[in-house]
Amino acid sequence: MEKYQTLTGIAAPMPLVNIDTDMIIPKVFLKTIKRSGLGVNLFDEMRYDRQGNEIADFVLNKPQYRNAEILVAGDNFGCGSSREHAPWALADFGIKAIISTSFADIFYNNSFKNGILPIVMPQDVVDVLMKDAEKGENARMTVDLENQTVTTSDGQEFKFEVDSFKKHCLLNGLDDIGLTMEKASHIDTYEAKLAAERPWA
Amino acid sequence: MTAPKTIYDKIWDAHVVSEDADGTCLLYIDRHLVHEVTSPQAFEGLRMAGRKVRAPEKTIAVPDHNVPTTLDRASGVIDNEESRIQVEALDKNAKDFGIHYYPVSDVRQGIVHIVGPEQGWTLPGMTVVCGDSHTATHGAFGALAHGIGTSEVEHVLATQTLIQKKSKNMKVEITGKLRPGVTAKDITLSVIGHTGTGGGTGYVIEYCGEAIRDLSMEGRMTVCNMAIEGGARAGLIAPDEKTFEYCKGRPHAPKGAAWEAAVAYWKTLFTDEGAHFDKVVTIKGEDIAPVVTWGTSPEDVLPITATVPAPEDFKGGKVEAAKRALDYMGLTAGQKLTDIEIDTVFIGSCTNGRIEDLRAAAEILKGKKIKDGMRAMVVPGSGLVRAQAEEEGLADIFKDAGFEWRMAGCSMCLAMNPDQLAEGERCASTSNRNFEGRQGYKGRTHLVSPAMAAAAAITGRLTDVREMM
Ligand code: SF4
Repeated sequence: MEKYQTLTGIAAPMPLVNIDTDMIIPKVFLKTIKRSGLGVNLFDEMRYDRQGNEIADFVLNKPQYRNAEILVAGDNFGCGSSREHAPWALADFGIKAIISTSFADIFYNNSFKNGILPIVMPQDVVDVLMKDAEKGENARMTVDLENQTVTTSDGQEFKFEVDSFKKHCLLNGLDDIGLTMEKASHIDTYEAKLAAERPWA
Repeated sequence: MTAPKTIYDKIWDAHVVSEDADGTCLLYIDRHLVHEVTSPQAFEGLRMAGRKVRAPEKTIAVPDHNVPTTLDRASGVIDNEESRIQVEALDKNAKDFGIHYYPVSDVRQGIVHIVGPEQGWTLPGMTVVCGDSHTATHGAFGALAHGIGTSEVEHVLATQTLIQKKSKNMKVEITGKLRPGVTAKDITLSVIGHTGTGGGTGYVIEYCGEAIRDLSMEGRMTVCNMAIEGGARAGLIAPDEKTFEYCKGRPHAPKGAAWEAAVAYWKTLFTDEGAHFDKVVTIKGEDIAPVVTWGTSPEDVLPITATVPAPEDFKGGKVEAAKRALDYMGLTAGQKLTDIEIDTVFIGSCTNGRIEDLRAAAEILKGKKIKDGMRAMVVPGSGLVRAQAEEEGLADIFKDAGFEWRMAGCSMCLAMNPDQLAEGERCASTSNRNFEGRQGYKGRTHLVSPAMAAAAAITGRLTDVREMM
């Protein structure tokens, strides 16, 4: 995975609450056996009509948001199905950070593993960022993971919290499996204990 | 003396392989369930890195999401090219990596969350994961069970562990008795109506109270299944005699002395007196009515006797969401829920595709016919549920009433196979998600219990099942 860099980019406003993973990537696109290429189908049913034409007033179809790298979204973003196709599609489109008052658990975890930083902010901050995002393409927002800040286009800075381990992995582009494999001896020890104490498992 | 623990604390502690200074743990996984949609990229990752499955004997795979449920599927051909490729990929991955496999042709095949318990893979006190959010179902056994993403599927395949931080404890207590016509599905939907779809975020829920204890194992699975719709990482119920009874004799449950040892351990899995919960929700069993959803989020729940709400009834971002939902659902505020006409009924899914669910629906349908023009289907949760329902005569009741009697799979729960709603069609469904497009593009879903679904099939509109009892 690539190392996560400080990002200054266009933020698209999506104030809708409960944006679920079925909306982010409808199930017809889950039939792939690959991770790549899902970006064109991101938000497919909201973005295109049945004939495949773009729906003009959907935010990511508007000229000023076509190159958005940040989403500012309503509460409970990413709820529903566990499909990792959702962050795959977002990442493939070019989204690198999502800001909301809350995220569904599985989506939150999946995002980190795909180079997307989900940022939880209180409602009043999200309101400010949403307003900033509504200004369009000239209003660039900055996300600094190292210092854990989001800065609006007019220089207002907000701190955010992030799990230290997840931050470390994202900043350094570390692969979880590789890290865990270094602990193989702990797993061996655990399995030996398990075999003695709970052999049925 | 150690501090009192919740059942979640106990299971967690028993599975910690190692812990970092910041509380990040490596958690051991006892059972890993795999299906065709969320696993191909994980197996591909293993191959690319030259890794093996660490514990193939703890890994079970079954195709369910994409498989056709038509009776002619025995021919083995899946018409949809991409679905076929996914199922074939699972066939191959299961073989190459040496994991337990229930192919489409096996009578034991079915929805992964129904097959796991049925075969005795899921047992109390275990950690169970699957690349599917409804893994919460297995919590009914007093197991810590939750969904994971595909990267985590790969992580578990390679290491049999997950990197996790502990969630907070939440208690949902349903006191007293349920009224007639009220089922496990009404409990779980009512809880979500109460807490909202984000109410459980960051928590593991323990469901308890008399009404929960009184439920069968099937009912408990229905309740835990939808913990995820309430945002929780997992939902669980302390095991008891009913749990042990259900597990006993299952193909992969322990036998003989091992069984005795297991039961003795399982009996220690309860929440200690005085253990701390970060959040507590209490609902009186007698206050729960048969419910339906009116909108496009599982939290849009109301008793069947209510009317469709207006967007102004809500606050904040929900006003806009409710407006959008009413528009999508083609409903007007103030309309009686029982006046909503439906054209499709779906009975099945990992929420309500077990034998008890089919019995409840058949009980209402016995000797009756579904409304003219209604499309109604029953999709049993597994081949074994299907066989049992045939033996009990339930299949004949469904068929005589005018239902299609299908083969096992996820089917119209998520409509990845050809079982889908057409644009504008309206379905009373026993599944778990009423999201936009979930059951087909522009299809409209009302979530209900199996008995309520059967009642709606007869009258052609959402119906209070109590009128038919
Ligand atoms: S029945 Fe529905 S919810 Fe359950 S596993 Fe299948 S698709 Fe998912």
